[in-house]
Amino acid sequence: MKYSEALREAQAQIMRYDESVFVCGLGVPDPKGVFGSTVGLEEEFGPKRVFDTPACENATVGMMIGASFQGMRPIMVNQRLDFTLLALDQIINHAAKWKWMFGGVQRVPIVIRVIVGRGWGQGAQHSQTMHALFAHIPGLKVVAPVSPKDVKGLLISSIEDDDPVIFIEHRRLYDEEGDVPQGIYRVPIGKANVVQEGVDITLVALSHMVVETEKAGIALKEKGISAEIIDMRSLRPLDMDTILNSVKKTGRLVVIDDDWKLCGIAGEIIAALVENDHKMFKAPPIRLTWPDMPTPTSVVLESAHYTTAKDIYEASCICLDRRVDPALFIDEEREQPFSGPF
Amino acid sequence: MINHDLKKKLYKEMLYIRMIEERIAEIYHPADEMKCPTHLYTGQEAVAVGICNALIEGDVVCPYHRSHGWYMAKGGDLKAMMAELFGKEAGCSKGWGGSMHLVDVGSGVMGSSSILGGTIPHAAGCALAFQIKEVENVAIASCGDAAIEEGVFHESMNWASLKKLPVVFVCENNLYSTSSPLGVRQPPVEIYKRTVSYGIPGVRVDGNDVLKVYEAALEAVSLARAGDGPTLIEAMTYRWREHVGPNYDYSLGYRSKQELEEWIEKCPIKRVSDVVSEREEELLIEGFSKEIDEAIDFARQSPFPKPS
Ligand SMILES: Cc1ncc(C[n+]2csc(CCOP(=O)(O)OP(=O)(O)O)c2C)c(N)n1
Ligand SMILES: [Mg+2]
Repeated sequence: MKYSEALREAQAQIMRYDESVFVCGLGVPDPKGVFGSTVGLEEEFGPKRVFDTPACENATVGMMIGASFQGMRPIMVNQRLDFTLLALDQIINHAAKWKWMFGGVQRVPIVIRVIVGRGWGQGAQHSQTMHALFAHIPGLKVVAPVSPKDVKGLLISSIEDDDPVIFIEHRRLYDEEGDVPQGIYRVPIGKANVVQEGVDITLVALSHMVVETEKAGIALKEKGISAEIIDMRSLRPLDMDTILNSVKKTGRLVVIDDDWKLCGIAGEIIAALVENDHKMFKAPPIRLTWPDMPTPTSVVLESAHYTTAKDIYEASCICLDRRVDPALFIDEEREQPFSGPF
Repeated sequence: MINHDLKKKLYKEMLYIRMIEERIAEIYHPADEMKCPTHLYTGQEAVAVGICNALIEGDVVCPYHRSHGWYMAKGGDLKAMMAELFGKEAGCSKGWGGSMHLVDVGSGVMGSSSILGGTIPHAAGCALAFQIKEVENVAIASCGDAAIEEGVFHESMNWASLKKLPVVFVCENNLYSTSSPLGVRQPPVEIYKRTVSYGIPGVRVDGNDVLKVYEAALEAVSLARAGDGPTLIEAMTYRWREHVGPNYDYSLGYRSKQELEEWIEKCPIKRVSDVVSEREEELLIEGFSKEIDEAIDFARQSPFPKPS
C-alpha cells in the first residue's frame, strides 16, 4: 500500500468508529483529495465531517481548538507545511499552552497534518521542514513518519492523543509502497525505530532522509561497515534512549537532518548525548544539514541543496576515519521519481 | 419585554462585578499580592452582563484579556478567580493563567487569551462543533476594539458567515487600545459596518445600557440558534481605569479627565439603579462585600502551587 493510501486508511478506519473525528482543510474534498490522502472520505462520511475550509490557517487552527472544547477530535490538513506558519499564533500561543492554562481541565486533541514539499521547483516557500521549530514548543507533539506502516500507525496514535500533534508528512514519500497491517493499530508517539542494526556507526535521520540514509547503509555495507540506522519518527517527545544506546555501542554518529543547522534537531541530539557522557564519542559527531539559505527552485541548484546518500556515505567514512571511495549506489531507483506540478 | 425581575438581576450582576473590580483596585497596590497584569472592567459591566443573560445552559463564551466581567457574568466562581489572581493552587487555572486567562469550563467560560483576537476562532470552532453535532447552542466571541484590526477576526467572520455558524461576535468598543485612540488605528468606518462585506448583521448598541445590550444579544443569539448565522454586536463603552492596573490615568494626557467624567455620568449601573430601593441597595452591597471578603480571604489562605 502507498503512503498516501495508508494516511487515507488511518483516517477512514478511525472515523468509522469515532464520530468525534472530522477532517478539514484546503482541498480536502477535491477530486485529487490532497494527493490521494483524503480521496473518498467525503463520499463515505459526508460533508459535515469532511470539508473544505477558507484560506485562513490561523482561524482554522483556532476553530479546531474550539471544536475540541466541544468533544471533537479535528484533523486539519495543510497541503504544504509552509502555509501552517500563518497559524503559529494559534498553534504556539494557544493550542500548545491550553492544557496548562486550563489547569488540566481541558485538553486540545487536534491533529495538524502538514506536508513538506521537495523537488520540481517547490522552492523557498513550499519545501520548509520546520520540525525543529515545532519540536521546540512544550505542549505540542511532533512526528514525522517515513514508511506507510508507520504513517498509518502514527496517524492513528495522533488522532487518539489528547495533545495537539503536528503530523509532518513528506510529499516525496506519498507514492512509496510498503506493507501495511489491515486493521487499526498504533505506532507509539515518542518511540524511534531502529531501521537497521549495526555496530560501527550510528546514522540518525527522519522522514525522507531515512530513505537516503538506507541507501547509504547499503553502500557502507559493501565497504564492510556496519551502520546502525535510526529513524527518529518523533521529535517531541524525542526518543533519546534509543539513540543513546546506539551511540554508546558505536561511538560514532552522523545526524542527517533536512533542515538548517543552527538550533536544529541534529545539534540538539548531539548536545543531549554530550550532556549524558561526552566520552562516548570516538570521533567528532557530524551534522548533515541544509546549506544556510532557502531552497532554490532551479533543478540544478535544488539538487545541490539536498543531502544525498552519497553525502551520507562520505560523512560516515570521515567519521570512521576511512578513505572515501566512490560509493556504489545500487538502490538509486528505489524511490519513485517525483514529477510535478505539486 | 424585560420585566422587573430580570432588570433587577442585571443590576445586581453589574453591581457585583463593579464591587469586585473596585475591591481589586483598592488592594492591588501596595500589597502586591496579585502579581499579574490585571485589566479592570469598571465602566463596561453592562456588556458582559447584558450578553450573558441572553444565554442558556450549554452556551459558551470565549472572552479576552479584560476578562473578569465575562467570567463572572457567565457564572464563574469568584473564589477560583481571586485565587488565580493571587497565583494560588486553587486558582481557576491553578496558577498558569492569571487575570488575563480566566477559565471555568463547567460554566462555559472557555478561557480568555492575552493575545488580541486569540479566542475569536475558539468561539467560532465551538459553534462549528455545535453545528456538526446538531445541538442548539451558541458561542460568544468577545473582544476589544483593537482585535478588529487582527487578521484572525476577519478570518473567523468569513468562515462563520459562510457556514452560518451559531456564533455571536461581541466587540466592546471602549475607544482605546491601551493609549492609542481608535482614529489612529482604524479608518473612519464604524466597526459594526465591517460586517457588510461578510453579509451578516452588524449592530451598534449603547454598551452602557444593559437593557439595550441584552435586547441586541437576545436577537443575535436567537438568529444564531435558529441557524441563521452570526451577528457582530459593537457595544460602545468606556473603561474608567487605566488600561492595565488599578489607577485612573487621565494624567497621562491621552484622554481627558472631562472625557472620563462624561462617561462616569453614563455609568451603566446608575442607569438602572431605580430597580432597587435604597435599603435593598444597602443590603446588596453588604452581601456582596461579604462574599468578596470571603473570596479574598480564601485566595490569601490558599497554598501556592508546588513547582514540579
Ligand atoms: C497580538 C497582540 N498584540 C498586542 C498586544 C498588546 N496589547 C494588550 S491589550 C492591548 C490593547 C487592546 O485594546 P482593545 O482590544 O481595544 O481592548 P481593551 O484593552 O481596550 O479592552 C494591546 C495592544 C497583545 N496582547 N496581543
Ligand atoms: Mg479598547
